[in-house]
Amino acid sequence: MAKVHTSPTPSPALTGTSRRDFLVSCGALVVGASAPWLAGPAYAQSNATVKPALSADELDSWIAIAPNGSVEAYYGKVDLGQGLAVAIAQIVAEELDVAYGKVSIIMGNTASSLNQGGASSALGIQSGAKPLRNAAAEARRLLVQAASAKLGVAPARLTVSDGKISSLDQPSLSVSYAELIGGKFFHSKVEWNKKMGNSLGIKVKAKVKAPADYKVVGQALPRTDVAGKVFGTEGHMNDVKVPGMLHARVIRSPLAGCVAEKVDASSIAGIKGARVVHEKHFLAVVADKEWDAVRAARELNVQWSTPKNPLPLHTEIHDFIKAAPTVKRTDEAKNGDVAASFAGAAKVLEVEYRWPFQSHASMGPACAIVDAKADSATLWTGSQKPHFAAQGVANLLGLPPDKVNGIWVIGPGSYGRNDAGDAALDAAMLSKITGKPVRVQGMRHDATGWDPKAPASVHRARAALDASGKVIGYEFISRGFSRATIQSNESDPRDSLIGMEMGMKPRAGVGFGVPSETYGFDNKLLGWEVIPDLIAGASPLRTSHLRDPVGLQVHFASEQFIDELAHTTGDDAINFRLKYLKDPRDHAAIKAAAAKALWQTRASASGKQTGDLLKGRGIAYAQRGGTIVVVIAEIEVERKTGRIWGRKFTVAHDCGLVVNPETLRYTIEAGLVQALSRTLFEEVQFEPSKVNSVDWLSYPILNAIDAPETIDVVLLNRPELPPTGAGEATCRVVPAAVANAFFDATGVRLREAPLTPTRVLAALAKA
Amino acid sequence: MANTQFTVDGKNVSIDADPSMPLLYALRDELNLKNPKFGCGLGQCGACTVHLDGVPTRSCVMPVQAIAGKSVTTLAGLGTPQKPHPIQTAFLAEQAPQCGYCINGWIMTAAALLKEKPHANDAEMRAALGDLKCRCGTHVSIMRAIKRAQAEMNKA
Repeated sequence: MAKVHTSPTPSPALTGTSRRDFLVSCGALVVGASAPWLAGPAYAQSNATVKPALSADELDSWIAIAPNGSVEAYYGKVDLGQGLAVAIAQIVAEELDVAYGKVSIIMGNTASSLNQGGASSALGIQSGAKPLRNAAAEARRLLVQAASAKLGVAPARLTVSDGKISSLDQPSLSVSYAELIGGKFFHSKVEWNKKMGNSLGIKVKAKVKAPADYKVVGQALPRTDVAGKVFGTEGHMNDVKVPGMLHARVIRSPLAGCVAEKVDASSIAGIKGARVVHEKHFLAVVADKEWDAVRAARELNVQWSTPKNPLPLHTEIHDFIKAAPTVKRTDEAKNGDVAASFAGAAKVLEVEYRWPFQSHASMGPACAIVDAKADSATLWTGSQKPHFAAQGVANLLGLPPDKVNGIWVIGPGSYGRNDAGDAALDAAMLSKITGKPVRVQGMRHDATGWDPKAPASVHRARAALDASGKVIGYEFISRGFSRATIQSNESDPRDSLIGMEMGMKPRAGVGFGVPSETYGFDNKLLGWEVIPDLIAGASPLRTSHLRDPVGLQVHFASEQFIDELAHTTGDDAINFRLKYLKDPRDHAAIKAAAAKALWQTRASASGKQTGDLLKGRGIAYAQRGGTIVVVIAEIEVERKTGRIWGRKFTVAHDCGLVVNPETLRYTIEAGLVQALSRTLFEEVQFEPSKVNSVDWLSYPILNAIDAPETIDVVLLNRPELPPTGAGEATCRVVPAAVANAFFDATGVRLREAPLTPTRVLAALAKA
Repeated sequence: MANTQFTVDGKNVSIDADPSMPLLYALRDELNLKNPKFGCGLGQCGACTVHLDGVPTRSCVMPVQAIAGKSVTTLAGLGTPQKPHPIQTAFLAEQAPQCGYCINGWIMTAAALLKEKPHANDAEMRAALGDLKCRCGTHVSIMRAIKRAQAEMNKA
């Protein structure tokens, strides 16, 4: 089994920093297990073992070969438990021609991996694998070159198998990677595009393999992080301990927009070691023991400022969105003369859809530890963008970026910018103020109540039809809060809660999104409008990226509207889509899903159902960043209770080349279930003075009772096309697939999410 | 402060702490166990589940003073890589967890369920697991894993 490490594990010899204290204190937390050879005497004494400083144009910053021939590849994104590291290891093994089991992926440590953007927009393979693929190919080229010189055989007459280079003509003539470079470094440059983050790229002299020659890529290899989780032998960020650390709880106002006016420190005088930290509007308690910090946070007597009631009524949020001024409007896709098409229409269909605020609601509240010294700092973080989190800490503390070592340890799943970034910066400030390492962890009300939210929105769709039922005009406009009123990473303290509490002005991002599809309607307009933020400062309803940012909102509406058009014209939902979609891959995916689900061609809701259990099927399709996904939902509606059960789902998924079908399948499956939860249950509740969704009762998510019975996944493998993302695409089509199935079952539309029993009963009562 | 004695995974322990402190903090902070997890502190998610005298219990809302003389089993006590519990083997085979933060609760609850009801059907399983949360959405893998474990256990 391959040692694919899912924790950053640079050895002291590699980074020049000692991690021994940390190792001792947290026991089995992977750290230090990665490369024992690097600390070995042979390595330490060798001249060629001086590693060049971390830089994207150094081959050694991407890949290293140990004396025993095992390989470390340094990855600048992180695997959040979907098997990404396995896929990256497969790609490296493939290009380098070593056994998969020899490759370890080292990730998430700013000292040993470059900033490839962290987990971002399902680009882990699509963008993130490219530099590693090139680096592995380049390492192979250099090693073959070295073998050629050593063996006196032309490179063209050499072959590589599992790290051993042999003469084709005289197979006994051979040399291994380990013999050539094991424990030493290449000291070879690659051509870097000077970009960081997702777009970081390198060019090399080596040619990468043709997909037809792949042996390791495409295999269903299992993940290697699962055992540590089911046996509890590997911890999470929340389990890391640093000697001498204090425990902190940050206290944030229960009322939106309010600040602490008076803090009575004597109210926690009876709690041993507990003390208050209060800087401007940032308020926290620290203690030696975690339970004491929890008690202190609970018992601290705080007088908050007068309620400002800065939020609209929850029940009126969509009217509020419609009435608010428009900050920015963008027409992203436009063709033909839309106004004229509506003027000449035989029939116009015009509908509105609504989506609520939603929370990341991570499984555990975020945790971070910072050990801030006068001229440097170490950050342990569960942020999915550890490089940016380290930058944020540097910026907050006024340190040069290279003086903060960010170390990622997997946290509770984040699915975008959850509360992890705020925890990192909170810990930094508290460590600076107390002069000790500080561990910050939220309580449940911090995680659900204060994480950045996915924006609420309203979507206006209208279509013009001619007398034959042909769509001759189409307009789809989304309107809502910006998709990210704070940036999707925490590198700038202005985008953090503590930054705002310390008086910094947030940098309001302004943007939304449009449907990603290829419907070839003449006279078509896709656009969005963004309204102002509710609070220009620390807000529990500030927005940022949540898995497939605005994808669920937009396609809940757009793919339901397509269904409404199909029904209006008396057409089958699949026939209608195939009639207008332009991309042959769209057609292939839809047909594959239909075949697998045994789709019956008919108009939706064509037979009136009786009885208490109504059954329906619905389809939705979309693209995302080059990936095409189709979901067919088969649901049951309990007429008396209003409960919807998403019983069976069929997914057709085309993301180009499939690197690992097993991890891909699991990724799709769980993404679907999470999206089903958002479709049926999730809605942040609030009132003018505060957010009321602060735990699992006030922010319910899907549970085992409501989990689907079956998810069939059809993978459309296209080795001729580069791999695109899979972590988010499926999510966006689940809401409309379920809503369309609901219509098929009941003949009634649910145009506001989530599709709760209350809404179902209200809709059925009106039918 | 008060001294409370109980056993954890078969070992005697003695905790000197605020008697109202939840067991979870004793396990994590005093005994340095990485499981169970703090998920909510409200008994709503199950990430902190341990077996208390064999019964699945939310350690985040169980005062440490209430467990004097009792026997606590954690995930590490349920099975190890060398001697895995069939549920752990099945969760591994089905690659069930993603982030893995919740998985302690599912494994501990499922282990108790299959002990009590070896032939639990789908509906009984869902009901027994209904108070657990998984934010990654791995419910379908988890259900597959529990059914796999059930089949193995009933074979033995």
